[in-house]
Amino acid sequence: MLKATDPAKFDAVGGLAVPSTIPQDERTPVTRTLSNALIVTRREVRDSFRDWRIVTPIFLLTLVFPLLANVMTNAFVGFFVEHGADPLLPSLLPLMPMIVGFFPVSISLVIALETFVGEKERLSLEPLLSTPLTNTELYLGKAFAAMLPPLLASYTGVIVYISGLMLGSQQWRPPAILIVQILVLTTVQALVMVTGAVVVSSQTTSTRAANLLASFIVIPVSLLVMGESVIMVQPYRRFLLWYVSLGLLVVVVLLVRMGARIFNREELLGRSLDQINIRHGFQVLWSQIKGVEGRFSLPKWYRQSIFPAIGSLKDSAAVVAVCIVAALVLGAIMGAHWRLPLDQAQTDEQSMAENMQRFFDLGQGSPHLILAVVMQNVRVLALGTLLAMISFGVAPLVLVMLPFGIIGYLAVQIAGSGIDPIIVLAGVAPHGLFEIPAILLSGAAALRLGSILTKPPRGMVASEVWLRALGDALKLGVGVVLPLLIVAGVMEVLVTPHVIELVLK
Amino acid sequence: MIETHELTKRYGDFLAVDRVTLSVEAGAIFAILGPNGAGKTTTVRMLTSILQPTSGWARVAGYDVAQDPIKVRSIVGVLTEQHGLYERMKGIEYLDFFAQVYHLPDDVRRTRPYELMEYFGLGDALDRRLGAYSKGMKQKLALVRAMLHDPTVLLLDEPTSAMDPQSAKLVRDAIRELRREERTVAITTHNLAEAQTLADRIAVMRRGRIIANGTFRELSQRFAGLPLMEVRLDQALNGALGELRGMVEVSDQGDTWLRYRTPQPDTDNPDVVRRLTGLGFGIVTLSEVSRTLEDVYLQIVHEDEGHEHDAQSD
Repeated sequence: MLKATDPAKFDAVGGLAVPSTIPQDERTPVTRTLSNALIVTRREVRDSFRDWRIVTPIFLLTLVFPLLANVMTNAFVGFFVEHGADPLLPSLLPLMPMIVGFFPVSISLVIALETFVGEKERLSLEPLLSTPLTNTELYLGKAFAAMLPPLLASYTGVIVYISGLMLGSQQWRPPAILIVQILVLTTVQALVMVTGAVVVSSQTTSTRAANLLASFIVIPVSLLVMGESVIMVQPYRRFLLWYVSLGLLVVVVLLVRMGARIFNREELLGRSLDQINIRHGFQVLWSQIKGVEGRFSLPKWYRQSIFPAIGSLKDSAAVVAVCIVAALVLGAIMGAHWRLPLDQAQTDEQSMAENMQRFFDLGQGSPHLILAVVMQNVRVLALGTLLAMISFGVAPLVLVMLPFGIIGYLAVQIAGSGIDPIIVLAGVAPHGLFEIPAILLSGAAALRLGSILTKPPRGMVASEVWLRALGDALKLGVGVVLPLLIVAGVMEVLVTPHVIELVLK
Repeated sequence: MIETHELTKRYGDFLAVDRVTLSVEAGAIFAILGPNGAGKTTTVRMLTSILQPTSGWARVAGYDVAQDPIKVRSIVGVLTEQHGLYERMKGIEYLDFFAQVYHLPDDVRRTRPYELMEYFGLGDALDRRLGAYSKGMKQKLALVRAMLHDPTVLLLDEPTSAMDPQSAKLVRDAIRELRREERTVAITTHNLAEAQTLADRIAVMRRGRIIANGTFRELSQRFAGLPLMEVRLDQALNGALGELRGMVEVSDQGDTWLRYRTPQPDTDNPDVVRRLTGLGFGIVTLSEVSRTLEDVYLQIVHEDEGHEHDAQSD
């Protein structure tokens, strides 16, 4: 026994036996990150397997449930055969392996919530945070730990179930690609749930709150499994499940980015309450909308707040611009493939001009028409911004791309039918000069609002980052987009028709 | 070894740490005192690179906490306020996990947990699950974890809380030993007697600010006045007090005793003794009235509350 009274031995206790310099790490960054993450994973997995609340359901779902499912399948098969519906069996049999695989994977959600927020709740996280492990290493280590045991259980469950069908009285011989498809779907679903659970956990301080928030993951994933089942029973449409897997993989990448950014020491220790602080939230939002020091004036607002906000959107605006061009090209390509029979219309430019004139006369110069045009654009852009919040910014891109795709399609139709393309340009350019920048800016602000949580700036908590992005979207909406849309609306109703008229005449 | 300049941490509107400037040299034990919510834990978290300063800077063993967080965390050992152990793990598994995290060489990983656990009297508990440890045992294990990688700087939050007197002494001895090895130890504690016994320097925090900083003697003089001496005599004073006026500031008196304050006890005490013996008094005892850190601390906090009240009135 070492005693304090034994100075020679006490040195070893004090630490002289170990040099207190930082050892040089020769490993590559990736190897180091994975190796450190696996230290965390090993501990977490070992801990999970000591928890009977995790081991028991995994055991039941891995071995007992597949065997019960086999019994049930036999009963169903018997019923189908008895009623002459056995041709339906090849469509229905793959359903059960999906379910058998899904149940153990759902445990990954429980483990993920436990490993992330449970540790926070038990206050065992801070000692871990004070070690040299990076946020990414901790995040990956815990994510692996949440995923590996349920995934292994899921694969085992599927293998046990399918083996039962293959070796039992059914002698079922599913195509290998079907098994691979089921395993891939199971894997990406586990990834979605774990990465989603990390995001949920980072926003709560208790497992209770995390479990409540978990419905945001469980419900969509359950709906997804139901949707996949609908596809699965239609063998000729099963190829769609690869696209579903790919889509889920994209969601995983976005959630991983979001989780890796949110899972940081600042965010984990800075959040001590689950309570909504509306007042502070409003203050942050208002300060971002206002964005000026001292007394407010309109020129100062544009100079100090609006223009810098536009500057900060250059990356998002570039993405939106690329999408617009891509939509035009895609529309044009589709236009070349699927032609409208315009050349059979037997109309000359004179009759077109007369038709247009009658059309314009319906509401020419009406303030109601201007308002309707403006409101239509406002509605679409506002909807895009709202949808951005729940789609990582994908929805506004789709909404922005759609009309440009249609324009590309129509332009090719018109050009192909011998009508002068300048007419299309005349119908778009006058108001487009104002409308397109408004769409570009609004789309960029919405894209950033939706995607910023996947990569929030360092040193800022997620809620503040999001509120500031919302503030930017709102002020640009009011300060730039709305005025541009009003001008575009006026142009579209009062100027564009005359320009088309001139071109046609 | 630890240096901070205008270190500040803000959460929205809430100022958790307000322009803290500190300097602690190698081999010193530094105590941070203060009421709950004073900003002690946030300061320690910034020194451990767990939290990023909002403004200002801090360096630990020459590494900037914001620029080199991994290096800082590699050389700092932290005993957190809540030791938060993994209850399903055994003592040895727990320490081995942290030994891996700190990348201790294999030979050290095999021996050091045993040595430290033996020293703290937990040698027999290594194979027990942590859930079965008593509160004091858990605290000691958490301390072992903090010392496992031989840190240059130790940041200890309430290191002896929940410990029996014997264990607490063991820990205090270990901390003193660390000082002997030129390691720097910063302690945040509510145990003022412990801080007085251990610390070379003491800082008092309140509302995120350092309101006092110095050695116990310096703080004592600044906030509790000049050293207070007490003389006990063999007979009643009977008006002889006037003979001492002009020499020292008499603060209190009884029939056969008196108390006085002096800035220079080394020179004034012999003069007082000479004068009193010259007047025919026999000196029974002459001693300094001891002041505890608790007295000084309460005075510091009281004065700060007064300043705050004045500022609010203005």
